[in-house]
Amino acid sequence: MTAPAVLDTLREAAPAALDSAALGAHGHPEAFEFGHLFDHIKDSNELEIPFGKIELPHLPTIHVAGVDFDLSITKHVIFVLLSAVVVAALALSSARAYRRSLVPKGFANAVEVIVVFVRDEIVLPNMGPGGLRYLPYLLTVFFFVLVMNLMGLIPFGSSATGNIAVTGGMAIISFIMIQVAAIRSMGLAHYLAELTGGVPWFLWPIMVPVEILSLFTKPFALCIRLFANMTGGHLVILSLIGMIFLFGSYLVPPLTLAFVLGINLLEIFVAFLQAYIFTILTALFMGLGILAGGEAKEHAHTSGD
Amino acid sequence: MDANALEIAKQAAHTWGYLAAGIGAGLVILGGAYGIGRLAASSMDAIGRQPEAAGQVRTAMLIAAGLIEGVTFFALVICLILATLK
Repeated sequence: MTAPAVLDTLREAAPAALDSAALGAHGHPEAFEFGHLFDHIKDSNELEIPFGKIELPHLPTIHVAGVDFDLSITKHVIFVLLSAVVVAALALSSARAYRRSLVPKGFANAVEVIVVFVRDEIVLPNMGPGGLRYLPYLLTVFFFVLVMNLMGLIPFGSSATGNIAVTGGMAIISFIMIQVAAIRSMGLAHYLAELTGGVPWFLWPIMVPVEILSLFTKPFALCIRLFANMTGGHLVILSLIGMIFLFGSYLVPPLTLAFVLGINLLEIFVAFLQAYIFTILTALFMGLGILAGGEAKEHAHTSGD
Repeated sequence: MDANALEIAKQAAHTWGYLAAGIGAGLVILGGAYGIGRLAASSMDAIGRQPEAAGQVRTAMLIAAGLIEGVTFFALVICLILATLK
């Protein structure tokens, strides 16, 4: 049923409930385009501020070997940079608070709670004591993803993690770090030997492509999971608000906005949860590599006796 | 006349796309919610039997739920593409 048809049935059922001011010039409401909702989530070259918009600069496209790179500053670029500045400010100000005394005052306490949580619940159980050298990277991932997610929930903000290029970039860096952790722990030769998966040599042509594929699916899943969670959440909120425009009645906003409030609170929880899941899955995959390297070293030591 | 027929064909294709996306999303939620429901039931049992292991059970439950939801979202993204394909 299209929007005009829905409104016709509503008009027969409760004519007094319909606000005629919501109807367009021809007595039907302007067709509610679902695609318009995506404009609020997608990247755009305009930044919305209260009472207006700022047109962001288009930088010239760079052509490299047949591929066009459009590096203009868009809304999501601004929010990625803003989140990076916020995370850096948080980290640096908390670190400075420790210079004066072992027990900090002020906001550094809250940051310490999260840092200790990441160290004791995410890094140490999954990666062991050897994983502490990767703690700075995991903390950066956690705070960065968290701040980018939360930026989408403030008015006039947009979550940069709703852009698959941003989550793709984070997944690529996580992929690199997972391989670095594995290679550093067990050496390049053993790392390549792991790719065969310990099957007899005639199964290698089947096993090696499957193992290489599985190397890539894990970060790909990280990317898609974060992107789809953020986009889906914002899409639900925007669809519920769009229902107000679809029905054009004064009865719809109270119900709809109660739902929207509930889903906004859920989105705050999902922001924290997705940051936690990204971090713990990266730590888990790194930990698998570090564990295999530890076993290899033990075998080498015991077989050398 | 040909241009009109092309328009009608495009509209028809879009309608099938919306239907496919809707049914697809329903099936996706069916599988995902069933999996996560069983996961939650098992972890409730585990926490009930051994309350002191609640922390570890909760961590493992969250990891598994995240992985299952990740796969769910693959399918959901395909549904979104179906709904908005031009």
